[in-house]
Amino acid sequence: MTMEHVPTPSQTAGPYLHIGLTNTHSITQIAAPGILGERVRLKCRVVDVEGAPLHDAMIEIWQADANGHYNHPDDVRASETDSRFYGFGRAATDESGACEFETIRPGNVPAPDNSSQAPHLNVAIFARGILLQLHTRIYFAGDPANDSDPVLALVPADRRDTLMARADPKHPGSWWFDIHLRGDQETVFFDV
Amino acid sequence: MSKVANERSVIHPYHRHPAGSQPPRVYEQYRSTPPRNPSKPLIFLPHTLSEITGPVYGHDPIGETDNDLTRQHATAPLGERIIVTGRVLDDNGRPVPNTLIEIWQANAAGRYQHHRDQHPAPLDPNFSGAGRTLTDENGNYRFISIKPGAYPWFNHYNAWRPAHIHFSVFGRAFLSRLITQMYFPGDPLFAHDPVYQSVPDEKARQRMIAKFDLETTQPQWALGFRFDIVLRGPDATPFE
Repeated sequence: MTMEHVPTPSQTAGPYLHIGLTNTHSITQIAAPGILGERVRLKCRVVDVEGAPLHDAMIEIWQADANGHYNHPDDVRASETDSRFYGFGRAATDESGACEFETIRPGNVPAPDNSSQAPHLNVAIFARGILLQLHTRIYFAGDPANDSDPVLALVPADRRDTLMARADPKHPGSWWFDIHLRGDQETVFFDV
Repeated sequence: MSKVANERSVIHPYHRHPAGSQPPRVYEQYRSTPPRNPSKPLIFLPHTLSEITGPVYGHDPIGETDNDLTRQHATAPLGERIIVTGRVLDDNGRPVPNTLIEIWQANAAGRYQHHRDQHPAPLDPNFSGAGRTLTDENGNYRFISIKPGAYPWFNHYNAWRPAHIHFSVFGRAFLSRLITQMYFPGDPLFAHDPVYQSVPDEKARQRMIAKFDLETTQPQWALGFRFDIVLRGPDATPFE
């Protein structure tokens, strides 16, 4: 970093972010039908300290494909990525604080220490009252790779559950992920 | 497994934000921040491939009038016509080419084209208030719009937001993602606005203010403003 080039401060996206970001440019289908991988219908919900739903938030998701490859030039294995799979999604929450994505379960992603990360989605949350986006991750409850994930290992054991999407027993392939911005059930957020 | 599965991606961790350069998560004077931000400390995350990659290829094509908010309807919107131009750089001073910039703003009367905006100021049928463009190979971008009006909000008694344009920028990594607001020079509302004031360092606050620029200004047509944007960039020293 140079003295002249300090990053521009972040500011809230405000209550009207839909105008510029999601009215015509939301992406709820991260993986089109036919893309390699186990289909996932992911329902996210965002609530505040009182448990009140946020009807004016936006969730962005960035994820690897079923082989754990990111569609990005810095992933040296990117040439193996299915070019139809981009890995980015974003959606505004509705009156119940919820939004839904259609995607696939990503593969294991390499970790810097030569280990590997369990399948996960990278999440950023924007809203009125959020001056700087909040970063969290969505893992899949019950995935055996979670036990050796180096990022989950950084999280106190009694809070790891907040990073787990839950399978909906009534609807195979459907998963729930609740984001509690604050309070007793507060989701783990990362300083990235 | 595939043949290059053992090949390692080189991880360049990104710089962390210098102290005071970004707003705190909870800023009491901005009343929506306490209920919507964590009370527990964030978990420090060493960067992995997941953080240093991100959506760099753009989402969908840019339309011909997407960067000109004055030409998206039958006739021109009301208000002072402006040109907003600048460069997107990373914090190493390198241009960020081909990155998506999205903007949105109120009309000249301070009203958003949004069903939840109830400010009793007129809507302008010739102004939607949304634009998008890609930076060129040198990180340059340019929008044509009208100057947005200030507007009242409910944060505290007699609260007014200074005129601003919302900017959303992607950059190369999911962690370089930036949503900010561009302000106009000399606005008397700065001193009273908790969103602007939430940034602790005064020099950092000034980085959100565009500069009036006579060279960008076009005679008999539009006022010009320059607004450069700096995104987080990678450390020079990689590790694997």
